[in-house]
Amino acid sequence: MKFRVDVNIMPHKALLDPQGKAVCHNMPNVGITGVSEVRIGKHIQMILEATDEEDARQKADESCRKILVNPITESYEFSIYPI
Amino acid sequence: MKFGVVVFPGSNCDEDMVYVLKNILGQQVVKLWHKDHNLQGVDMIVLPGGFSYGDYLRSGAIAKFSPIMNEVTEFAKKGGYVLGVCNGFQILCEAQLLPGTLIHNTSHRFICKNQFIVADNNVSPINASIPLDRVLNIPIAHGEGCYYADVETIKEIEDNAQVLFRYCNPEGHITEDANPNGSVNNIAGVTNIHRNVFGMMPHPERAADEELGNTDGRLIFESLLNHMMANV
Repeated sequence: MKFRVDVNIMPHKALLDPQGKAVCHNMPNVGITGVSEVRIGKHIQMILEATDEEDARQKADESCRKILVNPITESYEFSIYPI
Repeated sequence: MKFGVVVFPGSNCDEDMVYVLKNILGQQVVKLWHKDHNLQGVDMIVLPGGFSYGDYLRSGAIAKFSPIMNEVTEFAKKGGYVLGVCNGFQILCEAQLLPGTLIHNTSHRFICKNQFIVADNNVSPINASIPLDRVLNIPIAHGEGCYYADVETIKEIEDNAQVLFRYCNPEGHITEDANPNGSVNNIAGVTNIHRNVFGMMPHPERAADEELGNTDGRLIFESLLNHMMANV
């Protein structure tokens, strides 16, 4: 079975996110007010072959732990969709 | 001494490193392609600066899976000396051979300039021969050089004197203004608990040739060599 995995990776809350901060500070310049925080992470999409959803979940989690995410600075979550 | 400089796809400071080790310091040097498995009997491995694998995903995140990294890890675990400069430092952190990691500079800009650093202590081979009041002027050139680790790790490496160098002002004072990239406590380089793996963002190989008008970086290589020669 084929699955699509959508991974969201975010910098830890304790970490300063200079990119998000710069975007947040510039929101009023485009006429958008009331935005108090912007944090920028990564969205990764993977297509993978797995026997079932649980197998896909394990593969996705292993991918995150081994390469996609650096646990020192980032946290992650993912969703799985059969395709 | 025999040095092995690892070349990854995207390394761009390998030639400078080879030149300094061979022509300035008179050492034997071999280049080690990242797909090699043979370390050719080197005494020390150097991971040079550059943009291995285009810095994709995170700096050093893909290079850590290069075939030669198995041998580098094994070599380091047996006590072999490994030095990573700039991208090499990032790779060593990703490979968990060094504590912490390097993230985007707080300015979110690539910084290329001369930067003052000072040895934090004299207990590691790479800083053992450098007087603590000797301010070194060493070039930095990085976008992701902000050293980060959690509070517990920072306390641990500071208590164990694993911080090698810190960013400072021309007088040697470690101030916030002298911190170019937002690194925690101005940390510019660290070592592992066994003091045989060294990582630093500044480029000592860019300040070792008299032709370039600055030889402060030579003190760092000489400190390493002094220690290695004494322990042959």
